[in-house]
Amino acid sequence: MMLTDLTIAGMKRGLAARDFSATELATAHLSAMEQARGLNAFIVETPEIATAQAAAADAALARGNAGPLAGIPIGIKDLFCTESVQTTAGSKILQGFIPQYESTVSGKLLGAGAVMLGKLNMDEFAMGSSNETSAYGRVISPWKARNSNRELVPGGSSGGSAAAVAARLVAGATGTDTGGSIRQPASFVGISGIKPTYGRCSRWGVVAFASSLDQAGPMARSVEDCALLLTSMCGYDARDSTSLDVPVPDFAAGLTGDLRGKTIGVPKEYRLDGMDATIAALWEQGLAWLRDAGARTVEVSLPHTRYALPAYYIIAPAEASSNLARYDGVRYGLRVTPPGGNLADMYSATRAAGFGPEVKRRIMIGTYVLSAGFYDAYYTQAQRVRTLIARDFELAFEKCDLLLTPTAPSAAFAFGDKADPLAMYLNDVFTVPSSLAGLPAMSVPAGLSPDGLPLGLQIIGRPLDEAGVLDAGLAIERAAGFTARP
Amino acid sequence: MSVTPETVLKIARLARIGIADSEVAPLAAELSTILGWIEQLGEVDTQGVAPMTAVIPNHLAWRADVVTDGGVQAKVLANAPDATSGFFAVPKVIE
Amino acid sequence: MTATPWTVKGATGDWEIVVGLEVHAQVTANSKLFSGAATTFGAEPNSQVSLVDAAMPGMLPVLNGECVRQAVRTGLALGAHIHKWSRFDRKNYFYADLPQGYQISQLYHPIVGEGELPIETEAGEKAVIGIERIHLEQDAGKSVHDLHPTMSYVDLNRSGCALMEIVSKPDIRSPAQAGAYVAALRQLLRYVGSCDGNMDEGSMRADVNVSVRRPGAEFGTRTETKNVNSVRFIMATVEIEAKRQVEVIEAGGTIVQETRLFDPSSFTTRSMRSKEDAHDYRYFPDPDLLPVEFDDAFVADCLASLPELPLAKRARYETALGLTPYLANVLMAEKETAAYFETLLAACATAQGRPEADVARAAANWVSGDLFGALKRLGKPIEASPISPQAGAELLTLSADGTLSGPLAKQVFEAMLETGEGAAAIVEARGLKQVSDTGAIDAAIAAIFAANADKLAQYKAGKEALFGFFVGQTMKAMAGKANPAVVNDRLKAMLAG
Ligand SMILES: [Mg+2]
Ligand SMILES: [Zn+2]
Repeated sequence: MMLTDLTIAGMKRGLAARDFSATELATAHLSAMEQARGLNAFIVETPEIATAQAAAADAALARGNAGPLAGIPIGIKDLFCTESVQTTAGSKILQGFIPQYESTVSGKLLGAGAVMLGKLNMDEFAMGSSNETSAYGRVISPWKARNSNRELVPGGSSGGSAAAVAARLVAGATGTDTGGSIRQPASFVGISGIKPTYGRCSRWGVVAFASSLDQAGPMARSVEDCALLLTSMCGYDARDSTSLDVPVPDFAAGLTGDLRGKTIGVPKEYRLDGMDATIAALWEQGLAWLRDAGARTVEVSLPHTRYALPAYYIIAPAEASSNLARYDGVRYGLRVTPPGGNLADMYSATRAAGFGPEVKRRIMIGTYVLSAGFYDAYYTQAQRVRTLIARDFELAFEKCDLLLTPTAPSAAFAFGDKADPLAMYLNDVFTVPSSLAGLPAMSVPAGLSPDGLPLGLQIIGRPLDEAGVLDAGLAIERAAGFTARP
Repeated sequence: MSVTPETVLKIARLARIGIADSEVAPLAAELSTILGWIEQLGEVDTQGVAPMTAVIPNHLAWRADVVTDGGVQAKVLANAPDATSGFFAVPKVIE
Repeated sequence: MTATPWTVKGATGDWEIVVGLEVHAQVTANSKLFSGAATTFGAEPNSQVSLVDAAMPGMLPVLNGECVRQAVRTGLALGAHIHKWSRFDRKNYFYADLPQGYQISQLYHPIVGEGELPIETEAGEKAVIGIERIHLEQDAGKSVHDLHPTMSYVDLNRSGCALMEIVSKPDIRSPAQAGAYVAALRQLLRYVGSCDGNMDEGSMRADVNVSVRRPGAEFGTRTETKNVNSVRFIMATVEIEAKRQVEVIEAGGTIVQETRLFDPSSFTTRSMRSKEDAHDYRYFPDPDLLPVEFDDAFVADCLASLPELPLAKRARYETALGLTPYLANVLMAEKETAAYFETLLAACATAQGRPEADVARAAANWVSGDLFGALKRLGKPIEASPISPQAGAELLTLSADGTLSGPLAKQVFEAMLETGEGAAAIVEARGLKQVSDTGAIDAAIAAIFAANADKLAQYKAGKEALFGFFVGQTMKAMAGKANPAVVNDRLKAMLAG
């Protein structure tokens, strides 16, 4: 077995047993990374940092004081600010930006001994579901449909993370999820990814897209690996006012996959008209697997589901329009000053040149919905609907412990297939409601489309019940026996 | 909802995003479609429903009033496109 | 006293003015509203800036609890409604010294609601000005425009400092009232300790909203003159802007709602709007923060922490201490003076074994007379007085017990200023004790009579004006230390004898 095929859990065992060193692990992954440059998964590769961190991990392992992730090669989504390493959020406006600080989450992972191989490509400012909006070129999925040579999207916005994990360039990666940006790409490339409860992972040092929705989480090739990474990523951070001051369990140690006594809800509103038959069947199959693991399944109702996407496309752009105001060419990043131009000219020219079309579109929508006369009709109404959506979940969770749904309405598509923004937005139909409610949710690979492309199932839990979500994920992982690889 | 070219220009100016004349019409059409779709939210009866303030119930923690930061001028200016004598420099502002 | 309303005498008749003030007061705190950077004035550019204040990507605000406390204390001092649930909103606009592209402020749910502030103008006209609200918000940075021909320079040291925006109701009707309002507010904030009131350093500045109308008519359109930073300038702005508006209206023009700037060099206001760019701040709740919540116990603690406030202090000085309204006002005007006076008073009462009310007059006179005079000469504030309240009490006690005459006390006071030594020590070392011993005084008088037999004869012949001559000679002979009352008594007796 190649070192790059190991799971994180497997690497931990091998490192502990001295079967191989962290340096050997890093070397194997660095060379895989080099060979897979065609995927464009990385914006910046950091082999020197990786080599040094691997050596440090080896020394710590030898001393016996290694952190829980010592020597594990990971990639960091370029939305996380990394000290002394360029961070762009996939945008031209941040080209060359070298943070003088380390985000809390990436700092925790590196503090646990993880080895950073580089910064992963993504949709610009995490706005996208296909990785086509990155200013640093699109990320190509390592997957191909059967009998087709068309290049496929890896999903988004954590598309670089998804592609790198699936292609075995890294053992795990950080993602961020605002409306599905961990779960949808995980589903598209056949890996696992969990968005924890809003507030579990600190947002400090993560370039903001939509503050009330953004949440970091891990992406990896097994549920256990997600649990291992998640334990290190979570935790209260006094620098983030929305951080939750609650204990972090050892998610991996608590994993059982045992669902006896659990009730799984099936939200009837997720059975969309014209739903893909394979996905509908897979969903049924997933419910059967969970019953096999001891769970009971019931139908539940989330009546405001159909309003989740429009509410999301008010709230997220509104917050983004304000969050992205700081990219003005004054203190960092791109500056474009037209000859003889004043400050206002500089702002307009800088932002026109620095932002891509999707980011501009969302800033425009956000600016519009917050502007005088529209605020209540759009933004306040959306936040009221959001309350109703959260209440739907609360009521559903009176009848069940977890929800099972498909992750995405389709398998990965080819570049350019969803040129219409609205069609692209509809990709997030299953992931957005739980984002609006701040709930933990994960995608686990469950099967293949008729074309041989991965399809994921989504598990949604009560606030702070990541453990329950991971257990159900493990039950599906065991039952599905998903071994397909790109 | 139909977004006029004037509205596009107004929004672009508020957002400080320069747009070329050729971009105005397509943007107007695109925004009209998206906003039209968003408007279905108006159907929801939200009477008596409070807008969400905290996604997960949480309490705002207060910091103690101590100086724990600052004194990092070099870090603050490290990425500046134009820094002079400890200041950020920008094209002249006329009040 | 009800004065006739202040009006602008226009060509077409009288105009009444309606004024409301938005005072921005920097909250006294060590660190900024949402970051741990220092707030001290006058540091190197961008040296008191955290990565949060510079709005680096991914940086987040964390609320300084002290600023909440100070806002609540201020609200309580104004008798205002305290909102136990408030919230921060973002006010979105682009400016070079606004790094986030928005100011974190409170539009929809301010921390303090309605209250009021009683004022008294210098002419003695009293009024009560309503307070609309107080909200907390971030200050912006500073742009410097005159260091380079084509560039402006931005210093973010002030960016993120906490401000209380104290919004009055449109209750102000004259420049004098505007001045009195700001002075009273400044005094109150300084008493509460929530703002140092240092207008020179920009710790307090006002947006002045002015409109004019025919007496009793509907409100006219108002203009807002931004960031006026002294009481004198605020009064001037009200007057200048009112007159300008009347002129515009009487010339057939209309007032446009706009922001203006006061120019202290020409005493004029001018429109700030460089081009027609309607403001649309797109306020919405800051998603990086949660609502600000506290309970009754917190409010009670804030209330308990308030010192005696100006109005109460002034009343007590007059009624309990028996000071004249003038002296009471002089002594409580600045909280540092009041603090000095009260320490002095307590020390005098203790040293002399008398109630404070009995020693207050002498103490008040000394502070407002000798001490103020000396401090003025030295250019020192009372906190830096070379004579401590305890030292002052020692001096006043020596006067009270007859050890020092008035002139001697002044002599000792000057010596204290010079040497920093205590009054008793100076009296001892220089032998400045007043002599009331009749033996010594009688001897001195006898010697003077002997040396001035002619004058004595003239006196006895009826030239009584010579009495003063003998007093002077006696005092001179006693080197100024003789008790003047005793000298008087003895002279009368011996001249009669
Ligand atoms: Mg104002
Ligand atoms: Zn303000």
